[in-house]
Amino acid sequence: MALGVGCAAPPGKARDNKTGSWRVFRPVFDPETCNRCGMCALVCPEGCVHENEEGMFEPDLDYCKGCGLCEEVCPKKSIRMEKEEK
Amino acid sequence: MAEEKQDVELFSAGHRACGGCGPALAARLLLKATGKNVIVVASTGCMEVFSTPYPETAWEVPWIHSLFENAAAVASGIEASLKKQGRSEKIVCICGDGATFDIGVLCISGAFERGHDITYICYDNEAYMNTGIQRSGATPYGASTTTSPTGTCAPGGNPLPKKDMPAILAAHGAPYVATASIAYPNDFVKKVERAINTPGPCYIQVHTPCCTGWGFESRDTIAISKLAINTGLWVNYEIVNGVVEKAKKVRRVPVEEYLEKQKRFRHLFRPARQDAEIAKIQAIADANAEKFGIDIKLRKPAE
Ligand SMILES: Cc1ncc(C[n+]2csc(CCOP(=O)(O)OP(=O)(O)O)c2C)c(N)n1
Ligand code: SF4
Ligand code: SF4
Ligand code: SF4
Ligand SMILES: [Mg+2]
Repeated sequence: MALGVGCAAPPGKARDNKTGSWRVFRPVFDPETCNRCGMCALVCPEGCVHENEEGMFEPDLDYCKGCGLCEEVCPKKSIRMEKEEK
Repeated sequence: MAEEKQDVELFSAGHRACGGCGPALAARLLLKATGKNVIVVASTGCMEVFSTPYPETAWEVPWIHSLFENAAAVASGIEASLKKQGRSEKIVCICGDGATFDIGVLCISGAFERGHDITYICYDNEAYMNTGIQRSGATPYGASTTTSPTGTCAPGGNPLPKKDMPAILAAHGAPYVATASIAYPNDFVKKVERAINTPGPCYIQVHTPCCTGWGFESRDTIAISKLAINTGLWVNYEIVNGVVEKAKKVRRVPVEEYLEKQKRFRHLFRPARQDAEIAKIQAIADANAEKFGIDIKLRKPAE
């Protein structure tokens, strides 16, 4: 008899879990002052900051937990944390 | 090609780490370095729990978890099997400091002694976080944890120094040992690339501050990891074939600047300042600076 050992899950299945609902503060990006250094995207623990078609950085609010790390590392102070209205 | 690899996100969003989690950032960076041709072996701990609550997983590469203590043994078996089959996947363990410094030492020592071609990475958040902040061999001197609390009997928190794991693994004859920090993400990525491309057992210890367990705001994870380096309490270096190389130089700041920002060291400042204890921690930083030669010497201005 074949024995199934352990559990398996499909790659990246965690995406089903929309962690954006945890957020208390939301990062608001200002494309005017951004120098496109990419630091925000590099350090986001969720990997949820992406460059859009215009080359501008924006957070995926489905997953952003509002930790504020991107705001802290931004050299141009282009990111502001704003209280979520719920 | 390398550029392309960096853009793919192989550690998916939706994992359940605390906001601002240092280890979560390390997991992302790790997969940026390895790309897809990897098999990841995990130990029990925060990263395992937050990235794989069944039936979810944040990993988009093959990943296996067995026990708290045996990741290096599991990796050894996988490596032996892949070698026999002539396969090319890299094998990387990513394990907590409790798993690495304490309970897993037997299996790690065996794997390094046998010389398996694996990379073992310890994400060091300096305590057993997943079970509620118990001290480990990686907890720094003076930090308060639930098993090294402060009180009238032990005003200073953890009474023991941090174990020198990189030296222990270098003493096994590992060809490449390195320390890294999420304060310098690209440096960590480069070190992982070097380790996985070095034949034989390699070890990397990456400093990954934990806002929940250390007691600081989630937005400060990178700032805290930079302060660890700028005080000399964490040193980034490489040991290549037993020789220490490339220790990162800094203009050091007093250790208080790091300590006072974290609740785990609060007892050193309140209710009364413990100058003797702070001086002991400063002495640890001074000894690190001396040992690794990290102090930037101010040059006299040229006439
Ligand atoms: C043999 C065994 N003992 C204890 C535990 C309980 N346990 C699970 S995770 C953990 C702590 C892990 O600490 P660390 O390796 O530092 O990882 P962290 O949670 O800090 O990321 C402990 C004690 C276990 N799973 N197995
Ligand atoms: S606030 Fe935190 S989770 Fe949200 S985008 Fe910034 S770094 Fe990422
Ligand atoms: S860190 Fe700031 S300046 Fe850099 S890309 Fe992000 S928003 Fe723009
Ligand atoms: S307790 Fe610490 S290590 Fe664990 S998920 Fe939270 S921030 Fe990360
Ligand atoms: Mg730990």
